[in-house]
Amino acid sequence: MVRKPAAKEVPSNVSKDELLKYYRDMLLIRRFEEKAGQLYGMGLIGGFCHLYIGQEAVVVGLEACSKEGDKRITSYRDHGHMLACGMEANGVMAELTGREGGYSKGKGGSMHMFSREKHFYGGHGIVAAQVPLGAGLAFADKYLGNDNVTFTYFGDGAANQGQVYETYNMAELWSLPVVFVIENNQYAMGTSVKRSTKSTSFFGRGAAFGIQGEQVDGMDVLAVKAAGEKAVAHCRAGKGPYILEVMTYRYRGHSMSDPAKYRSREEVQKMRDERDPIENVRELLLTGNHASEDDLKAIDKEIKDIVNESAEFAKESPEPALSELWTDIYAELPANA
Amino acid sequence: MATEILMPALSPTMEEGTLAKWLKKEGDTVKSGDIIAEIETDKATMEFEAVDEGILGKILIAEGAQGVKVNTPIAVLVEEGESADDIKPAATAAAPVEAKAEAPAAAVAAAPVAVKVSRSPDWPEGTKMKTMTVREALREAMEEEMLRDETVFLMGEEVGEYQGAYKISQGLLDKFGPRRVVDTPISEIGFAGIGTGAAMGGLRPIVEFMTFNFAMQAIDHIINSAAKTLYMSGGQMGAPMVFRGPNGAAARVGAQHSQDYAAWYAQIPGLKVVMPYSAADAKGLLKQAIRDPNPVIFLENEIMYGRSFEVPDLEDFTIPFGKARIAREGNDVTIVSFGIGMSHALEAADKLAAEGIDAEVIDLRTLRPLDYDSIIASVQKTNRLVTVEEGFPVASIGNHISAYVMENAFDYLDAPVINCTGKDVPMPYAANLEKLALITSDEVVAAVKKVTYK
Repeated sequence: MVRKPAAKEVPSNVSKDELLKYYRDMLLIRRFEEKAGQLYGMGLIGGFCHLYIGQEAVVVGLEACSKEGDKRITSYRDHGHMLACGMEANGVMAELTGREGGYSKGKGGSMHMFSREKHFYGGHGIVAAQVPLGAGLAFADKYLGNDNVTFTYFGDGAANQGQVYETYNMAELWSLPVVFVIENNQYAMGTSVKRSTKSTSFFGRGAAFGIQGEQVDGMDVLAVKAAGEKAVAHCRAGKGPYILEVMTYRYRGHSMSDPAKYRSREEVQKMRDERDPIENVRELLLTGNHASEDDLKAIDKEIKDIVNESAEFAKESPEPALSELWTDIYAELPANA
Repeated sequence: MATEILMPALSPTMEEGTLAKWLKKEGDTVKSGDIIAEIETDKATMEFEAVDEGILGKILIAEGAQGVKVNTPIAVLVEEGESADDIKPAATAAAPVEAKAEAPAAAVAAAPVAVKVSRSPDWPEGTKMKTMTVREALREAMEEEMLRDETVFLMGEEVGEYQGAYKISQGLLDKFGPRRVVDTPISEIGFAGIGTGAAMGGLRPIVEFMTFNFAMQAIDHIINSAAKTLYMSGGQMGAPMVFRGPNGAAARVGAQHSQDYAAWYAQIPGLKVVMPYSAADAKGLLKQAIRDPNPVIFLENEIMYGRSFEVPDLEDFTIPFGKARIAREGNDVTIVSFGIGMSHALEAADKLAAEGIDAEVIDLRTLRPLDYDSIIASVQKTNRLVTVEEGFPVASIGNHISAYVMENAFDYLDAPVINCTGKDVPMPYAANLEKLALITSDEVVAAVKKVTYK
């Protein structure tokens, strides 16, 4: 197998433990998504299901820059974001199967999941709607006077929605602490960036609003982390928003029902062979003698167990009680209001 | 030849204004384009430019005069050598009045008489009342709630430095500063989304739409982001916030600026929908809306802003959602309405009373939750029902009420329910056609006569 770039040196500011953590977190997402695809094929997951396979380095690299209190919000391709911010695999998988044990009690599904505890604000099914929502979360933090940052993820497809640019304008105007993360996986559903977009520098569009930004190699978790730290520091310093255009690639279809006629098998295979983010870190660990094959096998097994358990949980967890149909439509007014 | 300068109409709904300041004095030369006076309308203080040239011969309306009707002569412009004293008292008084009667806006917004609310379950018997406009009531509600809760803030177009496109937020920027009174660019979907995100993030936003017509640009966030999140998150998080602004037809602003969205929003589970008529309800319900932990659509009406009502003089009062108000008790027929529809309903009830028909008028006040019980109880008494609203007829609030009453009180009905609504056409601009498109009290009277077989 050809790999490029050939074994890189681990940067001196990255510890062995960090590297192992990235490996583990990315692998969890990969294996979880593979399992989700499997359960979908078995008819246990319904509706739309958008897998994150190939893009793992983006969320894992950026989560490495976050601190407690930071918020994240994304689109419907959200399983990876949830696992990366520490949400339980069981709760995510059970939501995919529409069960009581899911994060939204089975009422949200793959595209609509949330965790107040982990400051994960969805899971949004309308392309680009999460962009102003994310800026609004940042607005709240700025209003409340804390130094939290909101990671607002969206794709190259969403980047052509008008509300993104209304949001850019207000985010910069009001110096909102939001990192706009454009996950450029090069296909908006089946439409390649080339076919949808004349000026393909998505991060460069921020310049029209005075927002700094940069393009990042999204297949390299360390590069993502380095860029993320810069962006987060910019936001925490009160300098307003920052744009990261993270160049990534999804190996699977847009959703489970994607016939994949818009790109060649060779293109996908080449990316897998040469740029895979997990293999990249694996190699760093091995060549740097940070871990042995056995160490990594142990991690693989641990991940496999977590994912298998989540699948079991998601099958065993009962469907929501029928009375759940009528709950959570309105919040009750507190007695003292 | 001497020319009269008339009080100008400076907004679509302006009927009178205050002559705040004269910037020219008698004897001054006036050129076309000179600013001669400042006039305060119900919306803003505006500069008034001269159209004609001449010498300001005589000022007829002194500085500071309030309630100066549109088209009233306010000054006389004379030519060189002419004396203002030669001018006879204005013989033009009749003309503007006639013109006014033709304007549909004037017809709708007639009689600036304080409507008395005889009694209310919403505040104690004997509560001291004060007279205020709907506009003042809304501002007071926001001000009181912003003082009460630090997380409440107002955002929207022109809410701050402009003092509100309709002056609802007048003075709030001075009082609370730009952190809590946030002027936005013209980006409805953007700021509605930011407002919704801020609500998810722990704040209590009041998002003002300059009018609800523009909220169509933002309706995805209202429905998909704000209304559905609590359910989709299994109760973990929602959007406690208020979307407010004028809704429905103003006057002579045509199809794109004249639409009642009551039925649209009332359809959505997860939203609460409020549409007040009186100033007291506007205040009590807006305060309640700001405290409510859910997204609330608060539909105001430009024509109602300047109307005066009695409002309880209480330090703090709220009005619960889902409780209709019996605005007038009667036995022969039930008229159910809400918002500006109430003015047609009450006017119709007066006309009917003169003909010996005793109508009960119910003001729904909130459309979601809807007070079905009050409607059913009234229908059980009167056995006849007419609904009144300004919106389009298809899938209207009245349609829904009709279906509910048919299902739950069929045996009490002595006649089919009639829904009085706006006409099934885009709002025309021409004054006569606009008048025809809107619901009128005469149509309500006719409907009542039909259901009472009179």
